[in-house]
Amino acid sequence: MKISFNVNGKSTSVDVAPDTPLLWVLRDTLGMTGTKFGCGKALCGACTVHLNGQAVRSCQTAIGSVSGQKVTTIEGLGGNHKVQKAWIALDVPQCGYCQPGQMMSASALLASNKNPSDEDIDAFMSGNICRCGTYPRIRAAIKQAAKMA
Amino acid sequence: MENMIKNETRRDFLKVSGSVAGGLALGFYMPGRHNVAVAAEATSSPNAWVKIGQDNTITIMVARSEMGQDVYTSMPILVAEELEVDLSKVKVEFAPPAEVYINALLGGQLTGGSTSVRDAWEKLRKAGASARMMLVTAAANEWNVDASQCKASNGMITGPGGKKVTYGHVAAKAAAVEVPKDVPLKPSSQFKVIGNAKQKRLDTEAKVKGQAQFGIDTRVPGMLYAAVAMAPMIGGKVASFDDSRAKAMPGVKAVVQYSRGVAVVADSYWQAKKAKDLLQIQWDGGPNAGNDSKSIWDGIRTASEQPGAVFREHGNVEAGMGQAAKKVEAAYQLPFLSHSPMEPMNTTADVRADKAIIITPTQFQQLIPHVVGGATGLKPEQVEVHTTFLGGGFGRRVEVDYAIDAAEISKAVGAPVKMVWSREDDMTHDSYRPASLMKLSAGLDASGKPVAIRFHSTSPSISARLFPSIVKDGIDPFAVEGIDNYPYDTPNMKLTYQMHDAGVTPGYWRGVSHNLNAVALECFIDELANAAGKDPIQYRIDMLDMGSTKHQWSGLSAGVPVGARMKRALEEVRAKSGWGKKLPEGHGMGVAVMEGYNTVIAMVAQVSVSADYDVTVEKVTAVVDAGTLIHPDQALAQMQGTINFGQSACMWGEITIKNGGVEQTNFDMYRVARMNEAPKVLDIHFIKSDSTPGGLGEPGTAVIQPAIGNAIFAASGKRCRTLPFSPENIKGSA
Repeated sequence: MKISFNVNGKSTSVDVAPDTPLLWVLRDTLGMTGTKFGCGKALCGACTVHLNGQAVRSCQTAIGSVSGQKVTTIEGLGGNHKVQKAWIALDVPQCGYCQPGQMMSASALLASNKNPSDEDIDAFMSGNICRCGTYPRIRAAIKQAAKMA
Repeated sequence: MENMIKNETRRDFLKVSGSVAGGLALGFYMPGRHNVAVAAEATSSPNAWVKIGQDNTITIMVARSEMGQDVYTSMPILVAEELEVDLSKVKVEFAPPAEVYINALLGGQLTGGSTSVRDAWEKLRKAGASARMMLVTAAANEWNVDASQCKASNGMITGPGGKKVTYGHVAAKAAAVEVPKDVPLKPSSQFKVIGNAKQKRLDTEAKVKGQAQFGIDTRVPGMLYAAVAMAPMIGGKVASFDDSRAKAMPGVKAVVQYSRGVAVVADSYWQAKKAKDLLQIQWDGGPNAGNDSKSIWDGIRTASEQPGAVFREHGNVEAGMGQAAKKVEAAYQLPFLSHSPMEPMNTTADVRADKAIIITPTQFQQLIPHVVGGATGLKPEQVEVHTTFLGGGFGRRVEVDYAIDAAEISKAVGAPVKMVWSREDDMTHDSYRPASLMKLSAGLDASGKPVAIRFHSTSPSISARLFPSIVKDGIDPFAVEGIDNYPYDTPNMKLTYQMHDAGVTPGYWRGVSHNLNAVALECFIDELANAAGKDPIQYRIDMLDMGSTKHQWSGLSAGVPVGARMKRALEEVRAKSGWGKKLPEGHGMGVAVMEGYNTVIAMVAQVSVSADYDVTVEKVTAVVDAGTLIHPDQALAQMQGTINFGQSACMWGEITIKNGGVEQTNFDMYRVARMNEAPKVLDIHFIKSDSTPGGLGEPGTAVIQPAIGNAIFAASGKRCRTLPFSPENIKGSA
């Protein structure tokens, strides 16, 4: 089935089963591998992308439900997004695998809350697991990004 | 792995043969194999640490796997320091398997044991220095001046009268220069790159932009995708299967049985996965099918009645106990744990008639040609291995099982295949941190000091499964870490280990048996301090053995005195943590100290324990003596990471077994620390030192656990000896 949607500002059309998770459409069909597979059950946040500006878990988002909508992935964050600048400034990633998801969550948080408190950060970010233990740097980077214009 | 544990010090340069594009390449072989030092001409030879092309491209090969611990930057730092190049202009490549890249501390091209920097410390600085000296000599020859009149700096050589050339310009000539035999290294006072607090990671930008290539991101032309079904019972096999429904699904190219399961191969992963879910498989449960956690623990308890193998003994422990004024006994029980790195196991394999290409996130690239060769009928030299970035490793990727699986599947379908495990596959087919039962007893004299210590652990042996040749006299060197270096001065002691196969695949897990033995020991020492009515920090300081370490088995730091380092770390952590200050009701501080992989860490955890025994880690103060820090900010990152990993394990980690298989399948059942649950404050201090570097990727994982256990006791009066420190286990303890 042909499904059209917008990825990172570009109109895109794919021919896949409508129950295919957005995650696998991005990774396999479109070759955009920045979005990661971690658990397949919306438990870890590695696959987080923005759907119309909201953070969603792409492993639990059927492509059929994305028709005509706007998806932003880590590739679409642009590289100069304040979250990415802060992540680079603080050398946040270790293995780096969860970080695209962490940054997509963090950028969604900052889009809705310009100056998040520790509690706000905890509440928003606790769906994203990092096994390397970069949490202190993620927290610091979110605060640093919040201070950027 | 015969060289494992042996500490080789002599290393020789190797001339890399097979000149190609005219440049300089330098490598090292292990001692005893190539004794003649010679230099080489090549930019494309794989057997090199440093490659300087005539186009001035400087490439530093990283022969260890980057799984977060920063080898992608810390190892090039060592080369760049002596090579005199700007690290930001250097190209970094992952090395293929080759003898030149063997880790002398482990005897294989293997990333583990917190050895990467320790093994590289001299080797890579000498590689950089030798290359620099040869480039300088080549330039001096060209100018007809003495090399001492020339200077290398920032990728350029300058000579008398304003002469100046790039490294690339003289690279081809440098390759003809004799390799220097005497390679003086800079004193630490002259370090510019090593120890630079502002040095950034070289892989951050790619990781932040989503461009870093992990194994799972591999795409090759004509590639198909495999999803697999493996036996739910550990060691189970396929008895029979019906694939009629799976085969009828769209995109499915083939359904193949391989050694330990059934794979569905399709045009995309999701098609493969959906079809895989429709397979009807009858399993042969194998020898462990009847196991459950209760029977496994019964087995461990029964095995613990055996005397075990003595790995350290002095004095007469029975006589010492007999004279003691007071006796303390305890048994600590630690569960199986999963590695659960964020990137599930995967491999892309392209197995053809005369060649195989394996692209995989592995910690043990050297082994892959052998096992893939064995599984496919190819010779090891026909197997090409490419190591990608690893989405976490923690020891899981020392195993090569998933590379074999992918190779078998690719061979069966005759096409390149990317096999991707689901999280469920990954969690139920892990190799698990062994469970362990540790029985301790001590006899205290009238002053409360232990005059006798008895330690007896019973646990599955990882090395007996993976590297049986290093197991000697019933002792697995990787099962006695964190206790054979018992750091206290105790006149009578006997330490024993009882190997026990529990039917659960045991695996190396970040910190290995430090996470068992040091956890039990440092909690037990706290029990002794309490029994003696002494302050836990001063009690430890007063009984430290100030002589050399007594490692006989696990000693990558054998013979190094650690007592003085521990004393200093304990004193500093006491001062920096505010030890002894008045805390709110329900709060407590606990201390632990350990030497592991030649790093000494003293840690104080401050926790609060609720009325329902929910534990919150309020603050962790750590004082770390890891010798020279190569990349200080990432040394800090490793301490932050190991504390988090160990906290997660000791508070929630537990793999349980039912019907022969692992019960936990995903992060809803195997709980790991999330941001809101991590320690609220980490206060980490490094002791300034110019000693040889210690390992940093693992030891912190162990130390945090007893620090938390002891803090729970201080906060609640509950001595929890069964991990994890869950509300149920704390509530159920004395």
